[in-house]
Amino acid sequence: MASSRDTWAGKSGRWGKIAGRELSTVAITMFGLLLVTFLIARVMPIDPVLAVVGDRAPADVYDKARLDLGLDKPLWQQFGIYIGKVFTGDLGRSVLTSNTVVDDIKTVFPATLELATLGTLIGIMLGVPLGIVAAVHQGRWPDQIARVIGLIGYSIPVFWLGLMGLLLFYAKLGWVSGPGRISVAYQDFVTPITGVIMLDAAMQGEWDAFWDAFSHLILPASVLGLLSVAYISRMTRSFMINELQQQYVIAARVKGVSEWQVIWGHALRNAVVPLVTVIALSYMHLLEGSVLTETIFAWPGLGRYITNSLLNADMNAVLGGTLVVGAVFIGVNLFSDIIGRLADPRAR
Amino acid sequence: MRAPDSPTEQPLLELDNLRVNFHTATGIVRAVRGLSFTLGRERLGIVGESGSGKSMTGRAILDLIPHPGEVQADKLVYRGQNLLTMDKGSRRKLRGRHISMVMQDPKFSLNPVKTVGEQIAEAYRVHHKASSREAKERSLTMLEAVQIREPARVYDLYPHEVSGGMGQRVMIAMMLIAEPDILIADEPTSALDVTVQLQVLKILDDLVTSRGMGLIFISHDLHLVQSFCDRVIVMYGGKAMETLPAAELADESARAHRHPYTLGLLDCLPDLDHRKDKLATLKRDPAWLA
Repeated sequence: MASSRDTWAGKSGRWGKIAGRELSTVAITMFGLLLVTFLIARVMPIDPVLAVVGDRAPADVYDKARLDLGLDKPLWQQFGIYIGKVFTGDLGRSVLTSNTVVDDIKTVFPATLELATLGTLIGIMLGVPLGIVAAVHQGRWPDQIARVIGLIGYSIPVFWLGLMGLLLFYAKLGWVSGPGRISVAYQDFVTPITGVIMLDAAMQGEWDAFWDAFSHLILPASVLGLLSVAYISRMTRSFMINELQQQYVIAARVKGVSEWQVIWGHALRNAVVPLVTVIALSYMHLLEGSVLTETIFAWPGLGRYITNSLLNADMNAVLGGTLVVGAVFIGVNLFSDIIGRLADPRAR
Repeated sequence: MRAPDSPTEQPLLELDNLRVNFHTATGIVRAVRGLSFTLGRERLGIVGESGSGKSMTGRAILDLIPHPGEVQADKLVYRGQNLLTMDKGSRRKLRGRHISMVMQDPKFSLNPVKTVGEQIAEAYRVHHKASSREAKERSLTMLEAVQIREPARVYDLYPHEVSGGMGQRVMIAMMLIAEPDILIADEPTSALDVTVQLQVLKILDDLVTSRGMGLIFISHDLHLVQSFCDRVIVMYGGKAMETLPAAELADESARAHRHPYTLGLLDCLPDLDHRKDKLATLKRDPAWLA
C-alpha cells in the first residue's frame, strides 16, 4: 500500500513540475507576443497621432493628443503602459468602426471560432478514417482514392469551391442558406452571450434559429473542412503506415487480436500522439480567420476584420486582432501539448 | 531431457515442403524453399544465419507473412487441421490460443501506450469470454508464473517503465496466458543482457515443459540451442541442411556425419577451452541449395 501511495505522490509531483514548465513557457511566449505587437505599432510608418486627430489638426491639438497617447515617454515606459492596457482589456478604439477593438473582436472572433471549429471537426471525422483506410490498403485502390481526395482538397482554390458550393447547394438545390451567419428574420431572436450563434440559440431554446444558423454555417465550414480533410488524411496515412510496421502490431496479431482492433485499438492509439499536433496546427490555421472564405460567404469573421483594418490603416484594430490570433495560437498549442501528454505515457 | 513422442501420439505440427516467396518488383525472393519437419511436444531449435528463413518459417506457421509474401506447402497441418485450406478468420482464432510467438525485443514488441497488464489481459480476453476482473486475475497469476515479484504493481506499468528482462517475461506471460500448444520463440533472448538471458530461458523452459507444449526455438546462437533444445534444424538459404539431436552438435566423435555447413558454423565459434589462433570463415556452397 505504501509503495502505491509513493508512486501516486511521485506522479502528482511530476505533473506539478510539468504544469510549472508549461505555464512559464506560456508566460514567456505571451511576453514575446506583446513585445512584437508593440514594436510593430512603433515601427509602422503610420503616425498614431494623425490617426486620432486627422491630418488637418492644428499643432497644439496634435501635441496634446501626442501627450495623451503617452508618446513623449521613453519606449520602455510606453511598453509598460501598453501591457497594462492589454491586461485591463483596453486595446484602443477602431477608427473604422468607431467601436472599441475589444467589442469588435467579441463579435468577429466567435464567428471565426464556429467556422474553424466545425471545419476542423469535419476534417477530423472524414480525414482520420480516410487516412487510416489509405494506410491499411497502402498502394491499392482505396489509397489512390484517398490520394485524389487529398490532392483535390489541396489544389482547388477555396474561393472557386465556395462559389460553386453556393451555386449548387444554395442557388440550385436550396439545401443550405446563403451568405451571412443567420437569416434576417432570426437576427433578433438570439441575444449574444458567447457570440457563437448556434450555442446561444441552443442555450435559449431557440431551435429554429439554431437550425437556421447551422444551415448558414455548414457550407463555408465544409469548404474549409475539405482543406483540413486533405491535410489531416495525408498526415494520418503516414503516421499509420509508420505504426503498422511496428513490432507491437505483429505481437497483437500473434495474440489473435482482430484486424479491426489492431488498427483502431493498437496502431491508432499510437498515431494519435503526433496527430494531435497536426490537428492543432490545422485548427490554428483556421482560427486566424480565412479571408477568402469569409469574403465569399459574407461571414463577419476575424480574417475579414483584420484585413479590412489593414487596408484602412486602422492600427489599433490590426494589432488587437494580431494579439488575439497570437494568444489563440498559444492557447491551442498548450491544449494540444496537454492532450499529447495524456495520450503518450512516455511524455508524462 | 524429455523422451521423444511415442509414435502413436499425433504430432502437433506437420510441415512438408514449406515455401515462402516474396513477389517484388525486381523478381521473386524465395525466403523459404522447401522446408519439412514435424513437431511433437518437444523443444525444436532452428538455427541459421540472418536471412536463412528461420523467422519467416515462424511467421508462415502463424499466417503472418507481410503483404507481397506468399506461403505454399504440400502439407501444413496443426493437430489434424489443415491450415492451408483454413480461412483467415479461423487462422486468427488459432493464433495466441493454439500457436503463439515470443518475439525478439520487448522494447518494440509491447505497445508503448498501453499498460503491460492491459496487454496481457487482452491476450486472454480475445479467446475467452471473461469479465475484466477475471482477465486481470488471470494476468496477475501469469505474471507470478513468470516470476515477477510484485505482479499488482507491474500490471499497471507501461512498457517503458520495465527493464528488458522484465519486459521479455511480460511478453512470455502475454503469449502463454491463453495456453497455446505451440510456442514459437523467435530469438527470445537476443536483445537481452547476458545476465538475464539464462533467467528468462529458464522461465520459458519451465513453462513449456510443465505445460507439455511444443516449442520452436529460433536462434542464431549455437551454444544456446545445443543446451536448450532436444532437436535442431540447421537452415541455410531457406532450406534445412540437416536435422540432428541437439546433443550431437557438441559431440566431436560425430563430426564425420555432420553436414559441412553445420561444421562450418561450429568452427566459427570461439572456444574458451581450446585456443584458436584464427577463427574459420564460413564456407557456403551454392550446390546445397540445388
